[in-house]
Amino acid sequence: MRELLLCPPDYYGIEYEINPWMSRARGAEAALAQKQWEGLHATLSKLDRKVHLIAPQPGLPDMVFTANAGLTVGRRFIPSNFRHKERAGEQPFFAEWMKQRGYEVRWLPENRYFEGEGDALFGGDVLFCGYKFRSDIQSHRAVADMLGCLVISVELVDPRFYHLDTCFCPLPDGGAFWFPMAFDEYGQRAIREHVIDLIDVSQEEATHFSCNAVVLERDIVLPEGAPQLVTRLHERGYRCHELPMSEFIKAGGACKCLVMFMPQRESVA
Amino acid sequence: MFSETIELRGHIIDSLILPKVLDQILTHGANFKIGEIKIGKRRADQSFARIEVSAKTSEALDELILRLRQHGAEVAEHADAQLAASPADGVFPRDFYVTTNQQTFVRFDGKEIEVRPAMMNSAIAVDRKRRAARAVKFFDVHKGDEIVVGHQGVRVVPVQRATSRTDLFQFINTIIDADEPKSAIIRELAGELRRAHAAKGKIAVVAGPAIVRTGASRHLVRLIESRYVDRFFAGNAFAAYDVERALFGTSLGVNPDLAFARGGHENHMRAINAIREAGGIAAAVQKNILTSGIMHACVRHNVDIVLTGSIRDEGPIPGVTTDAIEAQKVMRKKLADVTHALLLATIQHSLAVASMLAPSVKTVCVDIDPSAVERAVEHQPLQSIGLVTDVEPFLRELADYLSDSRIRD
Repeated sequence: MRELLLCPPDYYGIEYEINPWMSRARGAEAALAQKQWEGLHATLSKLDRKVHLIAPQPGLPDMVFTANAGLTVGRRFIPSNFRHKERAGEQPFFAEWMKQRGYEVRWLPENRYFEGEGDALFGGDVLFCGYKFRSDIQSHRAVADMLGCLVISVELVDPRFYHLDTCFCPLPDGGAFWFPMAFDEYGQRAIREHVIDLIDVSQEEATHFSCNAVVLERDIVLPEGAPQLVTRLHERGYRCHELPMSEFIKAGGACKCLVMFMPQRESVA
Repeated sequence: MFSETIELRGHIIDSLILPKVLDQILTHGANFKIGEIKIGKRRADQSFARIEVSAKTSEALDELILRLRQHGAEVAEHADAQLAASPADGVFPRDFYVTTNQQTFVRFDGKEIEVRPAMMNSAIAVDRKRRAARAVKFFDVHKGDEIVVGHQGVRVVPVQRATSRTDLFQFINTIIDADEPKSAIIRELAGELRRAHAAKGKIAVVAGPAIVRTGASRHLVRLIESRYVDRFFAGNAFAAYDVERALFGTSLGVNPDLAFARGGHENHMRAINAIREAGGIAAAVQKNILTSGIMHACVRHNVDIVLTGSIRDEGPIPGVTTDAIEAQKVMRKKLADVTHALLLATIQHSLAVASMLAPSVKTVCVDIDPSAVERAVEHQPLQSIGLVTDVEPFLRELADYLSDSRIRD
């Protein structure tokens, strides 16, 4: 049973602007955010997953987005090196928490930006990694060295989809759903060459963060607002759990951003 | 061209990063050469590529490299050029780097700078404060000057031959032997000179006495009158023959209009004396003493005349630079902006000039001696044509194409 890491949104809020979604003038409603997060927590718990909680820290409002804590493979945890100083303070809390639970913490070189599962998603035995807005491509090479797996680096070109998990979601049957326009031409080609069955998400649904979904075997937890995608996933035998995520989308995140897999992969081929 | 070597590592083939980087280089108007490539054998193996990227300007290269870094390109470490101080005035340090006439760059403090001018058989002096590198001759160097030694950190960029035919020089690069037809080449050359003239190029003529002796002067005069000569390089002897011909109708006593006429050897000395008495060639023209010939045409049409001397000279004619080192300096200066050079019937002078030409100068060498043509053409391997022929028919045909005035015998 795969375990998940979440962080309660006690200190969550739009306190700075580091992506096009964030606007301090249009802040998140704390009570509603709390309710939406609890909805996610309850849904994931119901799906027979062990959910761990890390203690939130004052002054680190985005710690709630645990996908960016790092990348876990087997018992190895690679902490993120955040690009923005606003989030850099999260790193020691996540690293310490994982270390205390017996994970081997493997550090990347300090000068390499890497934002964890936000930019690193396994599809089959291939690790897809996004670069440019947050992670840099040099970090991918370091991750490939550590894990010894094939890493496909894809350039993100639309600042609204600044992390890979905002526009690409691999499925356990080898397919994936994605918003192709978020990638440059080479990235699109590389993904098409390595993913057998792709479901294109429309721009309208992609901007509802539909690709930011937590996939647990046949269950997919995703933000509401993507009826076409949900229909196509149903056709393929997936059960979709649509949740309101409005308050987190205001910060440029949704279901997947709020979750880190422990581990994302037991091992790599 | 400015260049930098970049390295790419990782899953650059599966991620299509390698083709992306190569495409970006080309779409930015730059070029690449793959120096080394290692492709991972197993799925998880990473690949490696070392690529030399070259762009027209240093700024364009920097901007491109900045973009490529975003896709993981790392600039390969290069060693700086090694420098040593000149031990005395006019002496290079041992093991000094000897230049070619190709575009050359030296690297110091991690950056490449271009050596100026591109000059053959020189050393490279580096001025650290001004971040400048210049090609220097023995007479240019002073004790303590920093000179490049060894080959490390020096990069030479040979002139590239264009792949599409844009002019005569890029189409052929050959020697036309005595028994081969020349009319088509001369016609094309006339077209090239016409374009050069229109584009404000600078045409230099290097002339040997055979021009005067074979009676080709009038054809060269027609070219001068039609403004196809900007600089005129010759020796003291050439000027003396030309003046003798103008004043006495002979050159070294021979009248080219009369097949077997001989005599009047002293005309040569009298001609030199007349110019010395007048105070120089230009003065002789002004005083109407010199009223025809090539020198006269040059003065009348404001062609820059560069005359140099040699051991056998009589005179010299005033205005001839007799100091060999000084002559080199003057010639270099006068050749600096030349775009086309016609080396006509003078092996020694042609070789001297050819060694001072930038590799981009389009050069035509005409001589009746095949080995002379070969040696001159060797200096400009990608931009030269050699014609093995008597200079008279060559100049006659060229002038017929370029000049309005026709000469009928």
